[in-house]
Amino acid sequence: MAAPPTPRTPTRTGRPVLEAHGIRKAFPGVLALDGVDLRLFPGEVHALMGENGAGKSTLIKVLTGVHPPDAGTVSVDGAPQRFAEPLEAQHAGISTVYQEVNLCPNLSVAENILIGREPRRLGLVHWSALHRRAARLITELELDLDVRLPLSAHSLAVQQLVAIVRAVDVRAKVLVLDEPTSSLDRDEVAQLFALVRRLRDRGVAILFVTHFLDQVFDLCDRVTVLRNGRLEGEHRIDELTPVTLVHRMVGGELRTLDELAETSHTGTAAPVPADTPFLSARGLARAGAVQPYDLDIHRGEVIGLAGLLGSGRTEAARLLFGADHADGGELRIDGERAVLRSPRAAIARKIAFCSENRKAEGLIGELTVRENIVMALQAARGWTKPLSRTRQDEIAARWTEVLDIRPADPEAQVRNLSGGNQQKVLLARWLLTDPRLLILDEPTRGIDIGAKTEIQKLVTRLAAEGTAVLFISAELEEVLRLSHRVGVLRDHRLVATLPNDTSLTPDRILGAIATGATS
Amino acid sequence: MTPPDDTGSGGRPARTPGVRRLAEHRLFWPAAVLAALLLGNVALTHDFFAVRVQNGHLYGSLIDILQFGAPLVLVSLGMTLVIATRGIDLSVGSTVAIAGALACEHIATAKDPGSPPTVLSAVVVAVGVAAAIGLLNGFLVARLGVQPIVATLVLMVAGRGVAQLITDGQIISVSSGAYKMIGGGYWLTLPFAVLLAAALVAVTSLVTRRTALGMLIESVGGNPVASRLVGIRAAGLLVTVYVVSAVCAAVAGLMISSNVSSADGNNAGLWIELDAILAVVIGGTALTGGRFSLGGTVLGALVIQTLSTTIYTLGVPPETTLVFKALVVIVVCLVQSPAFRARLSRRRRPAAPGPAPATGDVAARRQEVHP
Ligand SMILES: Nc1ncnc2c1ncn2[C@@H]1O[C@H](COP(=O)(O)OP(=O)(O)OP(=O)(O)O)[C@@H](O)[C@H]1O
Ligand SMILES: [Mg+2]
Repeated sequence: MAAPPTPRTPTRTGRPVLEAHGIRKAFPGVLALDGVDLRLFPGEVHALMGENGAGKSTLIKVLTGVHPPDAGTVSVDGAPQRFAEPLEAQHAGISTVYQEVNLCPNLSVAENILIGREPRRLGLVHWSALHRRAARLITELELDLDVRLPLSAHSLAVQQLVAIVRAVDVRAKVLVLDEPTSSLDRDEVAQLFALVRRLRDRGVAILFVTHFLDQVFDLCDRVTVLRNGRLEGEHRIDELTPVTLVHRMVGGELRTLDELAETSHTGTAAPVPADTPFLSARGLARAGAVQPYDLDIHRGEVIGLAGLLGSGRTEAARLLFGADHADGGELRIDGERAVLRSPRAAIARKIAFCSENRKAEGLIGELTVRENIVMALQAARGWTKPLSRTRQDEIAARWTEVLDIRPADPEAQVRNLSGGNQQKVLLARWLLTDPRLLILDEPTRGIDIGAKTEIQKLVTRLAAEGTAVLFISAELEEVLRLSHRVGVLRDHRLVATLPNDTSLTPDRILGAIATGATS
Repeated sequence: MTPPDDTGSGGRPARTPGVRRLAEHRLFWPAAVLAALLLGNVALTHDFFAVRVQNGHLYGSLIDILQFGAPLVLVSLGMTLVIATRGIDLSVGSTVAIAGALACEHIATAKDPGSPPTVLSAVVVAVGVAAAIGLLNGFLVARLGVQPIVATLVLMVAGRGVAQLITDGQIISVSSGAYKMIGGGYWLTLPFAVLLAAALVAVTSLVTRRTALGMLIESVGGNPVASRLVGIRAAGLLVTVYVVSAVCAAVAGLMISSNVSSADGNNAGLWIELDAILAVVIGGTALTGGRFSLGGTVLGALVIQTLSTTIYTLGVPPETTLVFKALVVIVVCLVQSPAFRARLSRRRRPAAPGPAPATGDVAARRQEVHP
């Protein structure tokens, strides 16, 4: 994905625009940050890296006034600041896109972008000016969407972009982006990077959190690494290699580094099994979401779905889970006709669906990690057959260990977990139902490198044991690494299903996406 | 997988002192408020805590609070479950009136008003009709997708009319020893109503916490979209909680009318739905649904009942009772708000870190709002 990094010397003019020193932040039971320093210079892109739960998002929240620090100082342009709320940070020139998209789904895209600074005329909102201005900002990112539609009409990725557009609009000295690229395709990533470079050249300091190493080497000048709530160090990117960077994040466990090396694509195509597919869709469709498509998924097969943002990947998958009703075509499971009226019906047939939008569609934030993990199993049993507390504790403890969920406290409220750890909770919930078809929509979103490798291995192992997997990811390398066949979607239509032999490359898939042709 | 480091968890564990742990307990603030109110009453009436035994019955202000608070406890109990699903049940007051009216009407027209079978069938009729009301509410909310506040508003208004129709706009008096037992009788030295309410609270907590019902209700209230995708049948749960709420209200209605041996379609249970909502909130269950606490609700209902008793003993002039009550309720709610407490403690110790809750992050904000 990475263009060769452009060697450039950061324009370090004098003193940092934002400086944090000795930041400490404890939550009940967890010391999230312990003596962390951070310096941001004007005109640099600065990466903030660390494993899931290392404290990156917490540091950002302390810098921007969401959480007050327990100790330490934050200064802007050399003057100590104590932001009582994010609005104050924004007025001081720090604008932020938090990890979990925080917009109003029922307001229009335009309103979301300009809320709080709507153009006014005679004290009333000047709607046409509002729409024009929002549309102009949107096109700056080379996006094409109707700013009058409610935000909820758009996919999570678009929502993420809207959040970015909103942040960029404020006259900012510092732009903070917490995993902005986690659900974006390479095109959007490229556009975002172009925008970030423009801002950098204008002298804005950008703090950038990501788990994608190539993006760090592509875009950033320096990196601050956190490990387990402590500062590991600040480094110049050109003095690091991907391997040494990972080494600094995880504290040098060689196993992870080895795995990193063997992640190249080898072509996993197997002859399509001849038996009846576990699931077979014929002309399955839903108006406005996905055009009629045919798809067979066999036991032990991993089907990848590729396509651009908004191409209908998620929509296609939702029909297979009964999350949306198909209004055309038919579905066969084990060769028999099946009508999935609800997710419950799909779950009864041992289909599992791990949604890409963990906050809105996945987790029940107020409940504990344990309750979230056992929820699907419990729902399937019905309320009269409760899993005993001992059983629940066993299950939670086991999956906390298998997926290395941190902190390893099953009684923690799931909304207090870091983004990557929340994703693992969601995976655990579905893995433990022992599904025959596992639909994974962006399962590695926000997950650190070590855990990502682990999840990929898990998918491979499940498939080897006979589970059918539908794997959706914006990251083509990942799709290619795991899938036996790759379905390509374009404009809500499944345009090709390509066997994943050694000749299949990201470029060929991109070609299919671009032209809609099969070769 | 990434190796466990020296501590084995993302952040390092930090110790919370025992006192703070106690203050973080869900029931701490409702219990503290109740204790404060009770102690305040001792200052007013010196024998406030005194409990006498007379004719084998317990008497005293505390017993009175329990007895007169029993209907509110019951109504709040059902309300808690409804609120936990992100709903609200405004029709409970009318259900109270309908239940009392039905039972009294049944008893008054029976040949033998005093006999247990008559009273039993009266109870069955009242509870049965209430269950039908609950079914209707549940149907409107779960199947037709009507907003709970609107769906139950229908019966809140219409139900009172129905109650008056049943009683012909009159107050029906009954003289039935067996019926009097429900709201005014004693058993094992205690008011029967208290025992009945306690039993229903116990059954409800057992059923919600020993089965998975409670967890599923919290899931549906906490995130309805996710709950559908996880395979929870929300419709059944919603109907259940509205039926439970209506049945609880019906039993409360029986208690109220039995206590005064009459049914008043106009005034029985008037505004009790608002007291119940308040009790639920004071008890620590958020109106936004999700986690609920039955213990907290019981404490909340007792807080409100104690407040009413206090107002009575204070001799607050009737025309200012509501204002007085409102003021106390505002203070109670403020004391329970973590944001308010943080602000207060910051003012006292200006150097202390701890600004008001943030607005940028929903997770952080919710954390601040709910105790
Ligand atoms: N509001 C909170 N209450 C309690 N603990 C919290 C809260 N917010 C964060 N934590 C804990 O603080 C630690 C750091 O979390 P943080 O979200 O900063 O991690 P992160 O580095 O952003 O991870 P990720 O890559 O998964 O997003 C975690 O152990 C997390 O569970
Ligand atoms: Mg994070």
